[in-house]
Amino acid sequence: MSTLFDWFANLRKTEPAIQKQQEREIADGLWSKCQACGSLSYTKDLKANQLVCPDCGHHARVDSDERIAQLIDPNTWKAIATDIQPTDPLEFRDRKAYRDRLKDYQSKTGLTDAVVAGTGLLDGLPVALGVMDFRFMGGSMGSVVGERLCRLIEHATSEKLPVIIICASGGARMQEGMLSLMQMAKISGALHHHQANRLLYIPVLTHPTTGGVTASFAMLGDIILAEPKATIGFAGRRVIEQTLREKLPEGFQTSEYLLQHGFVDEIVPRTQLKKTLAQLISMHQPFHHLMSPLKMETVVEPEQ
Amino acid sequence: MPKTERRNFLLDFEKPLCELEARLDQIRQLAAENQVDFSEEIAQLEARANKLRREIFSSLTPAQRLQLARHPRRPSTLDYIQAITDEWLELHGDRSGYDDPALVGGVARINGRPVVMMGHQKGRDTKDNVARNFGMAAPGGYRKAIRLMKHADHFGMPILSFIDTPGAWAGVEAEKLGQGEAIAYNLREMFSFDVPIICTVIGEGGSGGALGIGVADRLLMFEHSVYTVASPEACAAILWKDAKKSEQAAMALKITATDLKKLGLIDEILPEPASGAHSEPLEAAATLKQALWNNLEELSSMSPQKLKELRYSKFRQMGIFQQVT
Repeated sequence: MSTLFDWFANLRKTEPAIQKQQEREIADGLWSKCQACGSLSYTKDLKANQLVCPDCGHHARVDSDERIAQLIDPNTWKAIATDIQPTDPLEFRDRKAYRDRLKDYQSKTGLTDAVVAGTGLLDGLPVALGVMDFRFMGGSMGSVVGERLCRLIEHATSEKLPVIIICASGGARMQEGMLSLMQMAKISGALHHHQANRLLYIPVLTHPTTGGVTASFAMLGDIILAEPKATIGFAGRRVIEQTLREKLPEGFQTSEYLLQHGFVDEIVPRTQLKKTLAQLISMHQPFHHLMSPLKMETVVEPEQ
Repeated sequence: MPKTERRNFLLDFEKPLCELEARLDQIRQLAAENQVDFSEEIAQLEARANKLRREIFSSLTPAQRLQLARHPRRPSTLDYIQAITDEWLELHGDRSGYDDPALVGGVARINGRPVVMMGHQKGRDTKDNVARNFGMAAPGGYRKAIRLMKHADHFGMPILSFIDTPGAWAGVEAEKLGQGEAIAYNLREMFSFDVPIICTVIGEGGSGGALGIGVADRLLMFEHSVYTVASPEACAAILWKDAKKSEQAAMALKITATDLKKLGLIDEILPEPASGAHSEPLEAAATLKQALWNNLEELSSMSPQKLKELRYSKFRQMGIFQQVT
């Protein structure tokens, strides 16, 4: 007996087939769909536009290797601190063992942990660059992220290089417990020595930059840049909403909100980022050799 | 603390001990009223109570320690300051329009020596807790703290900080005023000070809000206090997708003083009175004072340069990873 309900049920069965075909076209990588406006662009064009949607200006997520290619002059990148790997110091297990989680993310991303660091030329200017990769456990900060960034900053201090860190992180990595919290202090300490030597540090805040990263190196720049419409904040939006039942203002915890409240120097579209960084770095180094360090500080030798 | 009041704040694992103590009281009263000699029975029961107390407090789970660390009668920053100083003057304000009641500080003398003290301040009752925001400091609190630390550095006074917070204040106003920036700034600046810094976790050490006054030459922790990257409740909700798994999270996160000592993150564990700091606050204060003084004397013999070098290398070695060749 065929009823109206069967008719609806059959209708529903036929629907996914159409969607599947559309998905496959996107999965083939020829076309990419903008997450914000839904418009389709030719993937090659989108890449040429640094993954910024040509229709609505939405900044899609950039992987670390892609970001390095966008900022560093070809054939000048030299990665540092590649010889360290995360371990599982707490033998942490939630619904899944941390050890297994690490393996999964490593094979999925080809990365050892959530940050890549190195030196290279940016429009001909030597820089030390750290790039966080959100794909690796949400860019969370554990011992390796802390150590790698510290080695980068210490190297920059001894070589008198400016530091740029592209931030993208949910914050501390809970699976490493207090070891992870202490990375905030450790990196801030390295930045203190860098700053005391009158060297320039520019963090670039991208979507999302939250928690322990916001409460440490993301907010310690001499100049702080942000990508448009990135989520930037200390406490998670849901935490504030749920625990406090406060109504959140419009645009709360966005780049634009932070700019308005004085915590970000400028919002720079990705396509302008390299040019802007080069401009800032070249303006901040002409008289460097005439100046003494701010305080008597020991020069920190990078660990090798 | 009077026993009746203590019963009002009784934790589950304390109950058998409290019942035994109540029985003891009854017998003592009976003995006094009827002029009968129960001394043998009393001694027996006392021995049993002592044994039970030792058993309970030496085998606390991390979740039970968390309960103790949050005990409403646990001595607070101001309690300790009043107990260990010769004189104390509270100073107020961040000089940017705010005075945070959740983070207090001021100048004091300990064994005759001028120091700057500061710490998170929880309330003693509900009303007081609302006024103190449950010890959750606002950006202005961290800015007051760094202002006081700069004062200490300027006048050559050691800095003694006390951690006791569920975490930094997470609200719309806190975000608007730059909670992240306020904490970050403190983390960096605390590496620049020429004076000794000693930090003690007296109760609950909640995440970045704790660390914001926690960069120190010496990190001490009371036996039953905890220090966490995220509250076990929040961690359970995020990683287990189930807030009821907080006991498991408390275990997994390694939040107790013993665990953190093993991980090389803290320097010294301060023993607490047999039934916890809240049972004998003055005894706990005496332990704290002695430990602070010992560390202070040791650190005072170092040059500012040496102090800063050691402070950086102390934090620099925190972290566990694998070096591949």
